[in-house]
Formats: sequence, structure tokens, C-alpha cells
Amino acid sequence: MPAEAAAAKTRATDPSEPHMILVDHVTKSFGRGEQAVLALDDVSVTIRPNEFFTLLGPSGCGKTTLLRLIAGFELPTRGQILLDGQEIGHLPPYRRPVNTVFQNYALFPHMTVAENISFGLEMLGKPVKEIADTTARMLDLVRMEHLAGRHTAALSGGQQQRVALARALAPHPKVLLLDEPLSALDLKLRKAMQIELKRLQSETGITFVFVTHDQEEALTMSDRIAVMDTGHILQVGTPRDIYNHPARRFVADFIGDINIIDAELESVSGDRGRITFPGGGTATAQLQTASMRPGRVSLAIRPENVELTDPGDARATTQGEIENVVYFGVGSNVHVRLRDGSELIARSAEVKGQTGDRVGVILPDEHLQVIAD
Amino acid sequence: MADLTASRTKPVAAPSARKARRMTDLRRQPGFNAMAWGCIVFLYSPIVVLIVFSFNDNRSVVRWTEFSLRWYGEAFQNKGIRNATVISLQVASVATFFATIFATLAALATTRVRAYKGQTLAYAIINQPLMVPEIVTAVSTLALFTIIKKATGVNGIGYLMLAHTVFCIPFAYMPIRARLEDMDLTMEQAGADLYATPYQVFRRITLPLLMPGVFAGAMLAFVVSLDDIIISLLVAGPGETTLPIFILGQIRRGITPEINAVSTLLLGLSLFFVILLFWITRKRK
Ligand SMILES: Nc1ncnc2c1ncn2[C@@H]1O[C@H](COP(=O)(O)OP(=O)(O)OP(=O)(O)O)[C@@H](O)[C@H]1O
Ligand SMILES: [Mg+2]
Repeated sequence: MPAEAAAAKTRATDPSEPHMILVDHVTKSFGRGEQAVLALDDVSVTIRPNEFFTLLGPSGCGKTTLLRLIAGFELPTRGQILLDGQEIGHLPPYRRPVNTVFQNYALFPHMTVAENISFGLEMLGKPVKEIADTTARMLDLVRMEHLAGRHTAALSGGQQQRVALARALAPHPKVLLLDEPLSALDLKLRKAMQIELKRLQSETGITFVFVTHDQEEALTMSDRIAVMDTGHILQVGTPRDIYNHPARRFVADFIGDINIIDAELESVSGDRGRITFPGGGTATAQLQTASMRPGRVSLAIRPENVELTDPGDARATTQGEIENVVYFGVGSNVHVRLRDGSELIARSAEVKGQTGDRVGVILPDEHLQVIAD
Repeated sequence: MADLTASRTKPVAAPSARKARRMTDLRRQPGFNAMAWGCIVFLYSPIVVLIVFSFNDNRSVVRWTEFSLRWYGEAFQNKGIRNATVISLQVASVATFFATIFATLAALATTRVRAYKGQTLAYAIINQPLMVPEIVTAVSTLALFTIIKKATGVNGIGYLMLAHTVFCIPFAYMPIRARLEDMDLTMEQAGADLYATPYQVFRRITLPLLMPGVFAGAMLAFVVSLDDIIISLLVAGPGETTLPIFILGQIRRGITPEINAVSTLLLGLSLFFVILLFWITRKRK
């Protein structure tokens, strides 16, 4: 990624850009004085029409808070929220064309499945015929026709999940907000629902804003991901972008397995930098942030991009010794101790060496990233 | 209610946890059973005596002769008892109706709002009848009503009903508020999210979910009103004798099996309410 693009990530959002939701310099703090909690700190992000957008981050980073601000359950302390060009930050929830799938589903226990689904349409004052038709269509969409008359307390977790989805989709909102909707389901059901959600999103064409702290879930489902930490959005990008070009150490660490190597940045030219390793060897690496200065830096490389070879191989970037080989089914992780004492993991389907062997380590330039802390 | 669901969904405790709980189990303490039985006997033996002697075919309340429904018949025939029952039911119904409405509003205003200054004071005001000695409330109510009666010249049973309404409010308030606090706020948020205005959320979601609490509050208020004596004694005007006042008057002249019969019927009524309440809250779940 070119340096300008990297710089643009930290720039404020641009209202002329096509957007469904535009979060513009939003700050949210709870409480006052000593006890004040800054849940969101000057967050800006653009969510595009019809995309499956995911908020990913560890517990307490502010994902739910951002979602609740968009839904209208909280009001921003500062900043504004635009929906399709219109400022909605201060409208009550019932005036926003946005629906939510709650983490605990929040189905109405005193209503049947069908009554739950038709509730939103009824409140919008739709004609009876339309309500009946849409409800039937929604029941069909989530494959719950056979349980239309059932009370919601008598449903399984997966069924409740589908009713919650249908209920939120029935009024055909501009945006559907989903707060960790799959976290209460077991693994198998969760996988099935991931596919189901993707299907619903493409069939309805509604913009989905999805919250999760499961990086694998985020990578499989999203069009774009925003990685959050302690009230900040650290990086926004496609799953491929985020995985292959993490801009920050936190993002790199949070998504998948990654090696972080300490190295010295000798010189900078454009978006590339000349690197030397403490244990010997040099390389050219991509710079993930524009304002990199020579000095000590962190290098990131995925284990599957590290290649091991003979110690004498001319392509070797640096040298090391195999410390351990861990087999995990489809491949093995080879733990290599570099000369400066740091550890590195190389992943491959086939391993030639064994513990104690000296190896050459190839760190291909195109996979080496210099990242900010 | 919350406890019922909690225990239903709770996973079975691991053996070690179960053992730990058993060690702190109060029932394992020495003397627990004796104590428990002592309490039960102490609490219920008077009631048993009352019920038994209400079926005694004899004017004595200490010597059993034969089973009979005679005193129930006499109680129904007794004009004083009949009038007092009607007055009591009227007062209790009116007081329950208004107290439940006010209690519901008060419960909403103390749970479904942002924390505000004076919230504790609001609690205190609502619960005032529980904290001030009843005799004080009775005397002051009597004084106020006397002034009003003098000033307006208006008399009637309305004063008694008003007084009952006031002291019934905290009893109706407690279960309603407990229910509101138990209720998941996301339910109401989901309603707002689905385009329901605050009033629609209340009508379609909060109130239906609150109903078991409202029923419980109403029944409690009804029983408390039916049972009241001090305030009724002071506030009631001529011809407004409630059942407890009547019973009290009778007892001054000695306990009669007739009073036993009426008391047993009252007991039956409150038992009926308790069972009804239990049934409603079970069904609502
Ligand atoms: N109503 C509130 N009052 C006070 N603090 C709050 C409130 N809501 C959230 N916070 C705080 O704001 C921060 C962000 O919370 P938030 O619920 O948005 O996190 P999250 O990313 O959704 O976490 P999780 O993955 O655990 O759901 C936390 O530190 C939390 O304690
Ligand atoms: Mg959350």
C-alpha cells in the first residue's frame, strides 16, 4: 500500500464519498469527572452502501458503543453521525431507518414468532395486507414458516437467532446492526449461521454492520473490517488488506499468527525501507505508515511467508537454528531461533529439517512489513 | 420468577461445587430441623385452632363437641357481618384500583428514567406509609379529614377509600418495581428500534410484560386494605364499619364461633389470592 493511502487512513472522513453511514469525529464518554470512561475517542469511519462491514476488536474496545450510537440508544458526546447524507446523531431510535439484532436477541416473550416479525411493520403503520405478506416472506427467508405461531420462549438458540434476524430485516432498514449475534451459538451452528448471514445480506442488499471479537469470523464474512482498540479505530480495510498489510502492531497481533521481529531501519525511499537485522542480513520492506524515520522498528511477517533453506543458500536473509517442530495436521510450525536470540515461526506443509539443524531463513521482501507500534 | 428461570437454565453444578455448597448448607447445621418445626408450629397452631373451632357445633371455643357448619350459616345470617363485608370489599376494590395505578406510575418513574436528584426522596415519599407508625398516619389523616369535612361539608365513604388508597400504594409498588427492575431493558430498546414511540413501547411491551407484577401488587394491596384496622378505626364514619372493625367490636364481647367462621373465610380468601398469584406468574412465564 502506498504511503499516501496509509496516510489517508488516519484522515477525517469525507462526506462527498459514497456512504451509507458516516461517523464523523465521534467521541463518547460515560460518566463525569473522575469516573468518566472514554468509550470512543474521536472516531471517524465511512461505511459504504450494501457492504458487509465488521467492527472487530477485543472486549471493551467500544464496538457495542459505536453500534448503539448508530442505533440511537446512546447520544454522541461530540461529533456527528450521517445516514445516507442526513444527520441522525440526535434522533431517537424509532426515527432512524436502522434495525438491530441484539446479542441476547431480545425477542418479545409475550408474542409469537410471527407477531415478533410483524412488530416493526405494524409500528410503521403499514397496511395489513403488506404486513402479512412481508411477514410471510421473512418467515420463508429464515426458514421458520413452520414455527410462525410458536411463542419465542420455546425456541432453540439458533431459531431465536433467525427470528431476531427476520424481525430486524422485515421493515427493510437501510442498515442492519448486529452485535455479536453468533456468540451464543455452538461452533457448528455458528458456521452455518455465518453462511446464512452472508446469504441474507446479498439477497436483501441491506448494509450490514457486524460486531465481533472473533477475527476468523470477521475475515470470512466481511467486505471490509475496522479493527478497534481502546476507543480508536486502528485500521479499516478488506480482510485481505488487514491480513496482509497490518498497519499497526496491534492489528498484526490481533489478526492471525504473525512474527514480529525487531530490526533497524537504515534508510527510507518512498514507501520502502532498507532494513538490517540484529543477527545479520539485510532486506527491503514495505512501510505501513508514511512518517517512518530510520531507527529501531518492528517487522511483521506471516509464518506461511517465511521460507527455510540451507544455511549456505544465497537467497537467505538471515541465519538461525531449528528449535522445535510442531505438527498440526495440514502442516507444521517450525520454531527457529535467530542469531540475535529472537524466535521466529515458519509454517509449511513439508518440513525438511529437524531440531538442532542450522537453517537459512528467507524473508521475502514482498511479505515484510514495517509496522508502527 | 427470576429465580425460577435462573435455576432452570443453570447448568448442573460440578460435584466438587455441590459438595462445597452442602458444607455451607444451613440444613446441615445441628438443631435446624427442630428450630424449623418449632417455627412452623408456633406460626400455624393458632390458625389451626381457629379453623377447627369454626366447625365446632357448640358455643364454646375451648371444648370440642361435634362437626357442624352452623356458625357459617349464622355468620351469613348476621346483618352486621354482611354489611361490614360489603363495606370492606368496596373499600378494598376502590383502594386497590387506584393504588395499583399510582404504584405502577411510581414504579415507572423510579426505574425507567435517568438517575435524578431527589430519587431517594421519591422512594421515601412513596414508602412513607411503611415507615411512619400507622397510628401517626391514622391520627394525622383523621385530623386533615376533619378539617376538610368542616370546610366543605362533604362526608361519605370516599375519605376511607382515599386513606386506604394511600397506604396501599407502597404494597402495590414493591412487586411492580421488582418486576420492572428484573425486566430486560433491551426488550424496550428493541421496541424503540422497531419504530415504536415511547408510548407504543409502554403499551405493547412494557405493560404486558409488567402485568404479573401489577397483579401481584393489586392482590397485595387488596389483602392489606381488607386487613387494615387502625386507620379504618379512626377514619371510618358512622355506617362505614369494615369487617376487621366489626370483628374487633364483637371480640370485645368475647370470642364467638361466628367470628371464627368469618376469620376462616377471610383466610380462605387470602389463600385464594396467593394461589392465583402463583398461578398467574407461573403461566406468564
Ligand atoms: N453505560 C455505560 N456506562 C459506563 N461505561 C460504559 C457504558 N457502556 C460502555 N461503557 C464502557 O465503555 C467501554 C466500551 O464498552 P463497549 O460495550 O462498547 O465495549 P465492546 O467493544 O462492545 O466490548 P465487548 O466485546 O466486551 O462487548 C468499556 O470500557 C465499558 O466499560
Ligand atoms: Mg459489546
